[in-house]
Amino acid sequence: MIVATGNDLGSGDVIWWTGSGWSRHIGEAVDVGTDGEALIEREAAARRVNVAYLVEADATPDGPLPHHIKERIRASGPTVRADLAVNTDIPIVKA
Amino acid sequence: MYVYDKYDQAMVDARVADFRDQTRRRLSGELTEEQFRPLRLMNGLYLQLHAYMLRVAIPYGTLSGRQMKMLAHIARKYDKDYGHFTTRQNIQYNWIKLEDAPDILADLASVEMHAIQTSGNCIRNISSDQYAGVAADEVADPRPWAELLRQWSSFHPEFSYLPRKFKICVIASAEDRAAMRLHDIGIELVERDGVIGAKVFAGGGMGRTPIVGPEIKDFVAEDEIISYVEACLRVYNRYGRRDNKYKARIKILVSELGVEEYKRQVEEEWAHMKTLGIDPPTAELDRIRAHFVDPAYETGLSDAIDRSDPDFALWVDSQVVAHKQPGYAIVNISLKPLAGIPGDASSAQIDLIADIAEKYSFDELRVTHAQNIVLASVKKADLYTIWQQLHDAGLGEANLDLVTDIIACPGLDYCSLANARSIPVAQKIAQRFADPVKQRDIGELKLKISGCINACGHHHAGHIGILGVDRKGTENYQLLLGGSGAEDASLGKIVGPGFDEDGIVDAVEKATDVYLAQRQTGERFLDTYRRIGMNPFKEAIYG
Repeated sequence: MIVATGNDLGSGDVIWWTGSGWSRHIGEAVDVGTDGEALIEREAAARRVNVAYLVEADATPDGPLPHHIKERIRASGPTVRADLAVNTDIPIVKA
Repeated sequence: MYVYDKYDQAMVDARVADFRDQTRRRLSGELTEEQFRPLRLMNGLYLQLHAYMLRVAIPYGTLSGRQMKMLAHIARKYDKDYGHFTTRQNIQYNWIKLEDAPDILADLASVEMHAIQTSGNCIRNISSDQYAGVAADEVADPRPWAELLRQWSSFHPEFSYLPRKFKICVIASAEDRAAMRLHDIGIELVERDGVIGAKVFAGGGMGRTPIVGPEIKDFVAEDEIISYVEACLRVYNRYGRRDNKYKARIKILVSELGVEEYKRQVEEEWAHMKTLGIDPPTAELDRIRAHFVDPAYETGLSDAIDRSDPDFALWVDSQVVAHKQPGYAIVNISLKPLAGIPGDASSAQIDLIADIAEKYSFDELRVTHAQNIVLASVKKADLYTIWQQLHDAGLGEANLDLVTDIIACPGLDYCSLANARSIPVAQKIAQRFADPVKQRDIGELKLKISGCINACGHHHAGHIGILGVDRKGTENYQLLLGGSGAEDASLGKIVGPGFDEDGIVDAVEKATDVYLAQRQTGERFLDTYRRIGMNPFKEAIYG
């Protein structure tokens, strides 16, 4: 699956496209299919997202799991500060 | 310490006003991200892995208690209650909101600080020796020259768009505590026939092409240092490789031209520069120098230290260094607690360090490139009280230059450029070597970790260096041995194939086991490595 991500313009928070808006939780992200480029262009122009791009992910029962470790850490938050993490359940190192 | 004059303050205040307007225009949509990005970067505001990151300049790592308290205030009010001290003697905040950034810069300006030129292809924060002005072995205090270079390089119109970023370091002793030769330009103040001048090195650096900077001038008189450095920059600015980002640093130019040809071109340019009268008048250097006179040291103080508390005695042996003034000492505060994050400090810890500096160290602090903090001048009689306060705040670690005093970049936990995490590796190594007796038995061992080839964690200069790489989407760590950022500067060599996170910790331990088995009396890890070479280490690690 393909998910869209970027940062909130004002807060800088990592955000994911849910189909109707943006969420800090990747678990709410949806597959944007082939519409991704048009979506991020539209959302960036409306300043609802900053520096948006598309990420390949696996669909899992717990939600999308990005292929690349960098995106898994973006989705999780710093692995060395659990108190600041968004989602500590994301497996950073794939089995 | 240097105090801003009206020109310094006006420049910084004007920049805050500019950035406030630029931020307003970005948030309202008048500016696109493409237009805004270079503007925010000129003010140290990056977009990192999780949020905006603000890098604040700490000129040559020196700041007052009031400035340190402002750093704590920013951490508390605008960030998540902590800051990260960097290998460039700066501080970074990892969770900044764009809408807060102008207010933060205004707060910084209120205490004579800013984030200007902490990003971009310009001359970055000038770095220096954390013991400047108090070390017994220096020929002069390097801070006035560092300050002069700061003023010269700030908003220098000719050097605002260099081929790449540019880092300058100034030291004034034969012992190099600032990795001077791993800078684009390294300046070592020296004395010749009773006259102070500079020995200049150019074309050093780390990153993907590490080079120990060669000497290009054995002596420049102190009143001609600016014109000489300007000539070095001019040649680089004209001929540096703007066609290839990875070949754009001055080290590539010096390497491709050859040291002799680069020197010749600099000399030619310098002869021209000297006719322009750009060197500041002696009165200006004297004006700056007046800000760095010795504080009012008390005389007749005892050098005795009551070592009856064994934990305190251990800390003194590790963290306290000789001061030029009888009765005083230099204190190194470790920001490397066991299982902590190298260089991180909470707002409460930053405030406490500021309080201690105000009360016991003439209101002055230094940030070191090894991500620790220095109290430059404390009375030996106050050491026990200071240690108790630090210890109670989790700042009493006694590990200066030991295997757990690890330099680590933010790595993939925070940095968008990183390929692998650095901090968890540092934490696992620190835990493996947690036994203080073992640490002290191993002795001086500078271990440095970078999460990518950009080498912010100085892995090339580690006695043991670790480089995190991306191997088919998996974090992998290469081990290097034999680097040094000191006066015996050298570059570490890769031992062999990389390791996973646990494997690299085992490899480090095996390397120290080889050292312990083979060392001769008085040898550090680095000395033994240089004597016996790579093979015994390689056999132990891969055999």
